Amino acid sequence: MTVSNPPVATGGLVLPRYESAAGVHPPLDSPAYKSSALRHPKQPLIPLPQRLTEITGPLFGAERVGVHDADLTAGHPGEPIGERIIVSGRVLDSDGRPVPDALIEVWQANAAGRYAHHVDGHPAPLDPNFSGGGRCVTDSLGNYRFITIKPGPYPWGNHYNAWRPAHIHFSLFGRAFTQRLITQMFFPGDPLFPLDPIFNSIPDEAARHRLISDFDIDNTVPDWAMAYHWDIVLRGRTATVFETEEGK
Amino acid sequence: MSAGITPSQTVGPYLELGLPWADGPLVVPAETPGAIRISGQVLDGTGAPLPDAIVETWQADPEGRFDHPDDPRGAAHPSVAGFRGFGRSTTDAEGRYEIVTLRPGPLPAPEGATEAPHLDVSVFGRGMLDRTVTRIYFPDEAAANAADPVLSSIEDPGRRATLIAEADGDGQLRFDIRLQGDRETVFFDV
Repeated sequence: MTVSNPPVATGGLVLPRYESAAGVHPPLDSPAYKSSALRHPKQPLIPLPQRLTEITGPLFGAERVGVHDADLTAGHPGEPIGERIIVSGRVLDSDGRPVPDALIEVWQANAAGRYAHHVDGHPAPLDPNFSGGGRCVTDSLGNYRFITIKPGPYPWGNHYNAWRPAHIHFSLFGRAFTQRLITQMFFPGDPLFPLDPIFNSIPDEAARHRLISDFDIDNTVPDWAMAYHWDIVLRGRTATVFETEEGK
Repeated sequence: MSAGITPSQTVGPYLELGLPWADGPLVVPAETPGAIRISGQVLDGTGAPLPDAIVETWQADPEGRFDHPDDPRGAAHPSVAGFRGFGRSTTDAEGRYEIVTLRPGPLPAPEGATEAPHLDVSVFGRGMLDRTVTRIYFPDEAAANAADPVLSSIEDPGRRATLIAEADGDGQLRFDIRLQGDRETVFFDV
């Protein structure tokens, strides 16, 4: 029995099953990140079986990406201040399959560590040539690429003299509700890593380090831009589950 | 521990720079006959609204089908023009989100069960290092809700009730999302 010949007439459903991400994501209750105190559920999570709503999801692609969206340095009267960089990599799932034709949304602070947002009170300059939001789409092999400037670190109110390591926010849909992911990409060698409660909320050290991009000499453009490489891995599908009305 | 998966991080306070879409709340075009508005507030453990959160929804079409290749019944073009299945709304200063959609159909589940009409919901916000996942069910589907395998897996009827939207006038439903507190919404591990 195959997916191309679905056994729905007999009441059976062949559904992919996405592997658990247990132990990978940070706990919602992370006391060192003070804003989590009142914003995490205290009741135990209820297991949600992966059924039709969970194994499907919105398949957004190039139709959501405008002409300047993959170049955050464009679309303004001038060039933004800062270190021009190319960020590229692959989106895969954990069984190694690329995630093709998939929308990625990004947002970030400017080179001075200031977000173009009314809530950000950091006394660093705004840049009239940088808004900080972008989009791109993966190609048929899961590759993505966008151009931006390297964001600066910035202070925040979590604790005395708290600074966030420089990062770019990434949002990905994958191909199923189970794969939805919003995360942050960091830059190699940042001295703020040991001090950041958000980065360190990830319990496993190896998982934490998967958020750090690599300097990417091969994708630099001589006399124009530095480059960083970062692969993103979404939950993969494990063995197909076959169930029937009889529960076989 | 799953090898290699990229961990989640918070959307932070500036998600408005990257995530809002002008048509985000429109799961269907607003003028679609039978369109319903689902709105509510996202609230913290003191009942204070979250002005820096985003609510996303995903659902079947009114026939209970998905335009998606992994649906083993086959991908189905939406039965209603412009139906997208997906909704996205950032919260305003009062923590309020709103989407415009159609009631999804019921869904077949393994072992002969039927899932009642529902929306899957992800909530992201500052202070949240990962999304929380919940479901919205409909208040006028008592029989279907009673037979729903997911609702039935929640023993406490008071907890179960947090997943049922409230009628809020003609064509309107209210569904508040309480992250913590006495009436904490049921959240799922998916």
